[in-house]
Amino acid sequence: MRARTTLAVALRVLTQLRRDRRTLAMLVVLPCVMLVLLWWMFQGTGLGPGFDSLGPPLLALIPFIVMFLVTSVTTLRERTSGTLERLLAMPMGKADFLLGYALAFGLMAAVQSVFAVAVCVGLLGMGVAGSVWTLLVVAVLDAVLGTALGLFVSAFAQTEFQAVQFMPALVIPQILLCGLFIARHAMPGVLHAVSDVLPLSYGVDAMQQVAGSTASGQAWADVGVVVAWIAVCLGLGAATLRRRSA
Amino acid sequence: MVGNAVEVAGLVVDRGDRRVLHGLEFAVPHGEVTGLLGPSGCGKTTLMRSIVGVQRLTAGTVTVLGLPAGSRALRDRLGYVTQAPSVYDDLTVTENLVFFARVLGAPAGRVEHCLELVGLEGHRHQLVRRLSGGERSRVSLAVALLADPPVLVLDEPTVGLDPVLRRELWRTFHELAGSGAAVLVSSHVMDEASRCDRLLLMRDGRLIADDTPARLLQRTGAIDVEGAFLALVAEDVGPAQAGARP
Repeated sequence: MRARTTLAVALRVLTQLRRDRRTLAMLVVLPCVMLVLLWWMFQGTGLGPGFDSLGPPLLALIPFIVMFLVTSVTTLRERTSGTLERLLAMPMGKADFLLGYALAFGLMAAVQSVFAVAVCVGLLGMGVAGSVWTLLVVAVLDAVLGTALGLFVSAFAQTEFQAVQFMPALVIPQILLCGLFIARHAMPGVLHAVSDVLPLSYGVDAMQQVAGSTASGQAWADVGVVVAWIAVCLGLGAATLRRRSA
Repeated sequence: MVGNAVEVAGLVVDRGDRRVLHGLEFAVPHGEVTGLLGPSGCGKTTLMRSIVGVQRLTAGTVTVLGLPAGSRALRDRLGYVTQAPSVYDDLTVTENLVFFARVLGAPAGRVEHCLELVGLEGHRHQLVRRLSGGERSRVSLAVALLADPPVLVLDEPTVGLDPVLRRELWRTFHELAGSGAAVLVSSHVMDEASRCDRLLLMRDGRLIADDTPARLLQRTGAIDVEGAFLALVAEDVGPAQAGARP
């Protein structure tokens, strides 16, 4: 792994993102709008679990989903345009390439999460028992998880249409089973076991821990699982990058 | 440098259940422009990909600068231009070159030099997306020249270019060869053959000639390379067809 090539990729991806003003604006504004919508929905109803308990899981979900989509489409474009093959014929490590992407999108995710957390905590008064900084770290890691998963699945798509279909295939089941709708321990045994394996469950658990309690030990254990999943996805992603093809 | 830049022996490549290359044997010397000519679909690109080391081989060997094609040590010593320009549409010409120069570890001054070599100084701050097809392929060519590689593999680099520019590019190829580089240029336009020091004529995955343009014309008694190509095909196909007749 070389810092030079990793940074070159990260800088290049950020330059491309900077050019695409509309995507940039949507990355920052849309999560905030969705969170405001969620907050507004509960206003004056006194019904349902309320913003305080649904806000934290959504802070985990939104960056995960957005970064998954953005990354899988961007990397697919790189694979189909021939630039990936060109890069792999140059002195470019596979890990350098993936980490460059993870770094650039991780940074984007950090900006996105700063705005989303600021809106939730500052503007909408979401209660956070633990540290807001920890909340931010978890949000960024969830986004990097989305990036890593997106990098991996882009290898299995030949077109953008297919890449977008991986969202219902890989992301929606994780949303259903992450404990947002029913507490995970209350699910049928098999589904509970499945949810114990899925990475997003830990992202959401960590968020709920930080928001709901001042003890951060359990949250950090969940964060550890998320980080391990990021490493696994990047490793699998590197395995799908082939210097030679038929 | 002694010996040949590229040596190909017994090269067979299958793609799917189709045999694309049927046991090729040839060498590309240093200091010459070698033309690889043949109709579309005859296997030129597959052959070039094999030399670059991105093609999975079925049998045979490809040696570049004394090393197996695709070796790590060759990654900054071989410049490859694909038929479809492999550059980033949403970056400017300079941004593209600066990025690839970073990946290759080429000195910053090379960017300016390569811009001049392909005659794109006037377009440096333009987005590649806004360039014409010919300009785009010149950006791709400039990227291949960044590392000042001793071996250049160029897949139809002059297609669709205006004649003046085409002549200039051929002059550049000869200058590069004059400084010792091995330049392999493919084309499906037979009239480009006269610009080459040596010719490899290809048809249906087989080499039908490996000679200088002058000797090729002399041997076949044709007035141009197209005529020589037809004469060689007739010579090659004639006996086989005769044998197939009842």
